[in-house]
Amino acid sequence: MTTMTYEQAMEEFDPVFGIEVHVELNTATKMFCGCANEFGAEPNTQVCPVCLGLPGAMPVTNQKAVESAIRLGLALGCSIRESSRFARKNYFYPDLSKDYQISQYDEPTCYEGSLDVVLDDGTVVTVAIERAHMEEDAGKNTHVGGSGGIQGADYSLVDYNRGGVPLVEIVTKPITGMGDRTAEVARAYVATIRDIVRALGISDGRMEQGSVRADVNLSLRPKAVAGESQDDVPFGKRSETKNVNSLRAIERAVRFEAGRQAALLLAGQPVVQETRHWHEDTSSTTPGRSKEEAEDYRYFPEPDLLPVEPSREWVEELRGTIPEHPAKMRARLREEWGFSDLEMRDAVAADALDLIAATVAVGTTAQAARKWWMGELSRVANDREVALTSLPVSPAAIAELQGLIDAGKINDKLARQALEGVLAGEGSPAEVVESRGLEVVSDDSALEKAVDDALASQPDVLAKIQDGKLQAAGAIVGAVMKATRGQADAGRVREIILQRAGVEG
Amino acid sequence: MSVTDWTRATAAQMADALAAGEVTSVELVQAHLDRIAAVDGPVHAFLHIDAEGALETARAVDADRAAGVSLPRLAGVPIGIKDVLVTKGLPTTAGSRILEGWIPPYDATVTRRVREARMPILGKTNMDEFAMGSSTEHSGYGPTRNPWDLDRIPGGSGGGSAAALAAFEAPLTIGSDTGGSIRQPASVTATVGVKPTYGGVSRFGAIALASSLDQLGPCGRTVLDTALLHEVMGGHDEMDATSLDEPVPAVVEAALEGARMDLTGVKVGVVRELSGADGGYQAGVTQRFEESLAKLRDMGAEVVEVSCPSFEYALAAYYVILPSEASSNLAKFDSVRFGLRVEKTTVEKTMLATRAEGFGDEVKRRIILGTYALSAGYYDAYYGSAQKVRTLVQRDFDAAFERCDVLVSPTTPTTPFKIGERIDDPLAMYLNDIATIPANLAGIPGMSLPSGLAPEDGLPVGFQILAPAHEDARLYRIGAALEASLAAEWGGPLSAQAPELEVAE
Ligand SMILES: [Zn+2]
Repeated sequence: MTTMTYEQAMEEFDPVFGIEVHVELNTATKMFCGCANEFGAEPNTQVCPVCLGLPGAMPVTNQKAVESAIRLGLALGCSIRESSRFARKNYFYPDLSKDYQISQYDEPTCYEGSLDVVLDDGTVVTVAIERAHMEEDAGKNTHVGGSGGIQGADYSLVDYNRGGVPLVEIVTKPITGMGDRTAEVARAYVATIRDIVRALGISDGRMEQGSVRADVNLSLRPKAVAGESQDDVPFGKRSETKNVNSLRAIERAVRFEAGRQAALLLAGQPVVQETRHWHEDTSSTTPGRSKEEAEDYRYFPEPDLLPVEPSREWVEELRGTIPEHPAKMRARLREEWGFSDLEMRDAVAADALDLIAATVAVGTTAQAARKWWMGELSRVANDREVALTSLPVSPAAIAELQGLIDAGKINDKLARQALEGVLAGEGSPAEVVESRGLEVVSDDSALEKAVDDALASQPDVLAKIQDGKLQAAGAIVGAVMKATRGQADAGRVREIILQRAGVEG
Repeated sequence: MSVTDWTRATAAQMADALAAGEVTSVELVQAHLDRIAAVDGPVHAFLHIDAEGALETARAVDADRAAGVSLPRLAGVPIGIKDVLVTKGLPTTAGSRILEGWIPPYDATVTRRVREARMPILGKTNMDEFAMGSSTEHSGYGPTRNPWDLDRIPGGSGGGSAAALAAFEAPLTIGSDTGGSIRQPASVTATVGVKPTYGGVSRFGAIALASSLDQLGPCGRTVLDTALLHEVMGGHDEMDATSLDEPVPAVVEAALEGARMDLTGVKVGVVRELSGADGGYQAGVTQRFEESLAKLRDMGAEVVEVSCPSFEYALAAYYVILPSEASSNLAKFDSVRFGLRVEKTTVEKTMLATRAEGFGDEVKRRIILGTYALSAGYYDAYYGSAQKVRTLVQRDFDAAFERCDVLVSPTTPTTPFKIGERIDDPLAMYLNDIATIPANLAGIPGMSLPSGLAPEDGLPVGFQILAPAHEDARLYRIGAALEASLAAEWGGPLSAQAPELEVAE
């Protein structure tokens, strides 16, 4: 089958899209039991009768998860329902221990919100939110043998550690009118959600670990003809691309699906309403279940749980804890820190804003903090292929390091060595400076001897200096720095040279 | 107290004798184990006997008592537990082959409370598979027989718990009541059974049939014994979100007050729709019911007739709600984590084959009904309408309780029928529960106690008392008064009139 480019598709059709984002909450325990909610433990070590769905076990709602869901709803401008219910979504699958998922159906806790999304060029798009509801995650199947899929596998293993982890699913209303900016808006929307959940502190927001996952719905409809409003043109059949787990992939998935659907429509073929799987390696989608064979989930109110009924007072109290919108916060910080647009964008892209802010908060200038995090530390993170935030160094340590420079205890070169020690786990910057003996040589008698030695070995240079060619002193400074293995304060060395040459003043 | 056969004593008498040092718990447990060995062959009240565990508990209780340790009231009094409750280390099947051999890794809350009360657990009692039935003929392990006539049913689903009492195999047992599974077996075996207010006893660890209807409750041969066990079982449990956060009603005190046989000022309502006013009730059932009403009047109660017109639809609503919830609750029996597994080439085929082999016909019938009722397009017509009927039933009760302190009716329309008589006629079987179901739909407490033997067949007739939610104590006061007044006429409890069972060598 041929596909078209995204740009060609956008010339021919008007896209309509919607996004469902699943956010894994970072509560200490799971949604309906007391098991630890942690990523990466040994399989089936964080389980109990409740999340294993053993006969007789019953769920109890995690109030912290409810709090997180309500705060997220408030940050998305949603109304909070005075009474909302959990429902059972029934389907058989080995990773779903009870063979039903506890979710919310006709009465989500958060509904009817809207979110401003700021695009790279500063354009603000308002996305209408339909609902944000709570649910539990399923476990994880691993298929062994065959192609790695459930079909043809020799056997399958199930890990229920993730089963029962609290999720909030955020569903947009259909987003129209974005034209060729659709892919960009989709990406920016998910990025904004990720930024918000991090700012709220309710999720680590790591897309690469699946703690923020997106399903992208897209359909195309004909462009309105003259005299017709685009709003009057009915939506086309949509596809739902599941588990798109990076910002880049969201943009690509939209571009691919638009091209695929446009090619079908132009060839006079129908678009099938279906779910599709995203393939990161080929940047393409393939069909999953079609709507015709889709399951009937037989939703009904979960009889084991009471309705969620947050008091008005509590909701208002939570409203007071909502941080400012990430885009507005960025504008404010850029202003306060005096960063250029480019510096700010780089810092955001590197996920360094929080780190810089935390470093500034303990007394470092914004530029110095930026220099460290966007310079040396970004380089190290890149070399190690880890996120900046996962480097074993705290903003406080960076502030301490900069403080040592500012106090003249170490110079930039020594500071880099000290940082190396900190990253190697040798202790705080001050401890590393001490243990590695990195402090600048400030003992004048030692420096004087080194200067004298250098001048004695280069009498021509001494003559030049005494002739008033002060820049020639640089050669002597270099020799002294070499002799002291870089541990001298270059400024002080220069002073001593001039003094010894008898040209001070 | 001088007793030759301790199995004939009441639990209260056993507790008093233990406290007075007139008997040891080991003697009591051994007497009951001997009785079980002698009569349980034909009766088949028990699915599993834990002689060693019961004796071990008894020995520990005896040792503590000898050492002067203060003990709970029922410490050392043996008990049987319906196989619907999970018991750590003891087989638990809920009467189903699909759970054959499963040993739960945890205790139900009620099991834990029984253990904390230091009551030796004799074993697990037989039941209709997953509590679906009114005769215990649907047990996957063969029927239980009524000790009053071994050719007849002992009621269901808790036929094992009721028959164990009537056959003097245990002084106390635990039951579960979804539509009458405690009260109807009590009625047909001349024992006492109470369904507490919904939420009054934790359901955590009770294998769910229909979560919004299920309630665990005490079974005994006297109202006082039942009250003593009610106080052990009841009370708030944070593992059950639907558990009431309030103290256990003072049911023992109410039973003692009732035994003084003064009901002056008590208003008793006879529910027209539950009392065979329109025919269909066995003559002897009606006769004994009328005589009991006369006893209540003699003790000062005022008896009036009330009408609850929506009860006409209660049975139909019940048979939509129950299968709907059950179809979801029973999904987890999928072979993946516990119980039977019929290995096939794919997980889907394995699930299908396991469920086809492991579930009995009645269970399959209800899963199919419930799955259908919850299906897209049918939900409103079935489940939605049933919930509306449920609301109407609750309103009828509210109106009736405006006028009366308690409501009464015969527990069942007939005395126990013959084994096999209705096995092929599910509708006739369902009609057994016509008088007990409304209480489950409304979540109110109900009791059945003996009101005599029907003259035409000499088989037990039960008297049902219903009280408003949270007013469980009223059941015990009225019940104990009626019990005392009837015993005075009979010259002792009705259970003593049960025919002698043939004793195995
Ligand atoms: Zn758990």
